[in-house]
Amino acid sequence: MSRKTVIGSATIFAVLALWFLLTSVTQVISPGRFPSPSDTWLAFVQITGKGYANGVLTEHILRSVMLVTLGFLVAVCTGVPLGLLMGWSRRAEALINPVFLIIRPIPPLAWIPLAILWLGLGDMAKIMVIWFAAFVPSVINAYAGVRSLDRTLIEAAQMLGTPMLTFMREILLPGASPMIFTGLRLSLQASWTTLVAAELVGAMTGLGRVLNAAQQDLYPGMILVGMIAVTLCGWLMTVALGIAERYALAWNTAAKALD
Amino acid sequence: MTRILKTDNAFLLGTIGLCSFLALWTLLSLSGLVPRLFLPSPVEVAGRFIHLLSHRFADGTLLDHLWASMLRFAGGFGLAVLIGVPLGLLMGWFRLLDDIVTPLFDAVRFIAPIAWVPFAALWFGTGIGGPIMIIFAGAFPPCLINAYRGAKFVDPRLIEAARMLGTPDLRMISEVLLPSAVPSIIAGLRISAGLGWQSLVGAELIVASTGIGYMMVQGQGNVSTTTVMSGMIGIGIIGLVIDIVLRGAETAILRRRGLAT
Repeated sequence: MSRKTVIGSATIFAVLALWFLLTSVTQVISPGRFPSPSDTWLAFVQITGKGYANGVLTEHILRSVMLVTLGFLVAVCTGVPLGLLMGWSRRAEALINPVFLIIRPIPPLAWIPLAILWLGLGDMAKIMVIWFAAFVPSVINAYAGVRSLDRTLIEAAQMLGTPMLTFMREILLPGASPMIFTGLRLSLQASWTTLVAAELVGAMTGLGRVLNAAQQDLYPGMILVGMIAVTLCGWLMTVALGIAERYALAWNTAAKALD
Repeated sequence: MTRILKTDNAFLLGTIGLCSFLALWTLLSLSGLVPRLFLPSPVEVAGRFIHLLSHRFADGTLLDHLWASMLRFAGGFGLAVLIGVPLGLLMGWFRLLDDIVTPLFDAVRFIAPIAWVPFAALWFGTGIGGPIMIIFAGAFPPCLINAYRGAKFVDPRLIEAARMLGTPDLRMISEVLLPSAVPSIIAGLRISAGLGWQSLVGAELIVASTGIGYMMVQGQGNVSTTTVMSGMIGIGIIGLVIDIVLRGAETAILRRRGLAT
């Protein structure tokens, strides 16, 4: 084991021990402020068994993950083509960019009240907010991806009279895809944060709803369980996207290995 | 008409794009396809924005709310910079500290700032403290990471020269690492300010009794779409101003070092 892993695991272990010592053993930190390990475990058992805030943990997770996936897909399916178009055609860029520049500085979370006003507290409002959150990074990176294409490649294809569809499939998309995936990663993170915030503001089920209910019940154990669930789900989705990226860009790493 | 469609004049096309966007919005609103209550026309929103500058809504004018938000932002962002940058530099110099803090930091970093809301409310209340903690949670990681990276990528010759001259640790950090890391740090500050401002908006939507986010929630409760949209405009403008100020600082610093053109 390297020095780094030894010190790293020792630190994590020390922090966990300190947590146990300060809460359960000495109660320096009162149970109303931060939960002890056993409180957290009890909260976990409660939410997986009996359920909390209208559902058991898996229901909340499925709900949140489903909404994020839907909103994210809508954003990607609209944002990436728009970005590609703006990257490809100077005219489209000049036409759309000013509108985009006006909307861009508004943080995704600021759309939440408007979404609730328009669509209520249901799923549609959440999907709309996620869409706005994930749209901007998708567009910007697809756009940058097209702009980073090798000019020689484009000119060669044009000189050989490549038809438009073949050109898009064989050159535009593959060339821009590394940047597109960077955009997707940013989009996914933004989607997840925004969904949790939207659910905190108002929802029937979902992880944000768990956090909100736990905050109102002054239930620190459940707050911690909710936070851990939010963090793990967010992380797992990023990992899943990373695997998809490696699969989709396999040709690229192969090309790099040849260099 | 065909001449216009074929033009490559970016300014003209941009104006056309912007105008058609506003025209479509106005048309949707005035035609009654979408109820006026939910989609007011751009003119109405602009009117409401100007009205709110001098008239009180939810215990204050738009400027009062923006001011309250900016104070919170300054608190959270300032704390993040004051703790994050020195800690990042120290971690870049002392390996033991690096090995201890990095695993903890990596574990905490993945928590979305917004997920801290319940604990922030529980620990620091919903007035000033809670939102400041959430802004801090959003703004802290980029400060630390960029200071750390900046410190790690200092020219080794500089460090060797300083060490040969017997520079003590703290002076090494303040006079060798810090100056070399400044470009990286200021790039981090820009990211950090953006994330902090976003987190602030989220925090104020959920827990706050003043501020621009609170005003928007009240507007939503009163079904006043114009108020909500005015809030969004205010947030967008302040966010832009913060970014422009920091970008200006970035170019000024880079130019002074002869790194930018």
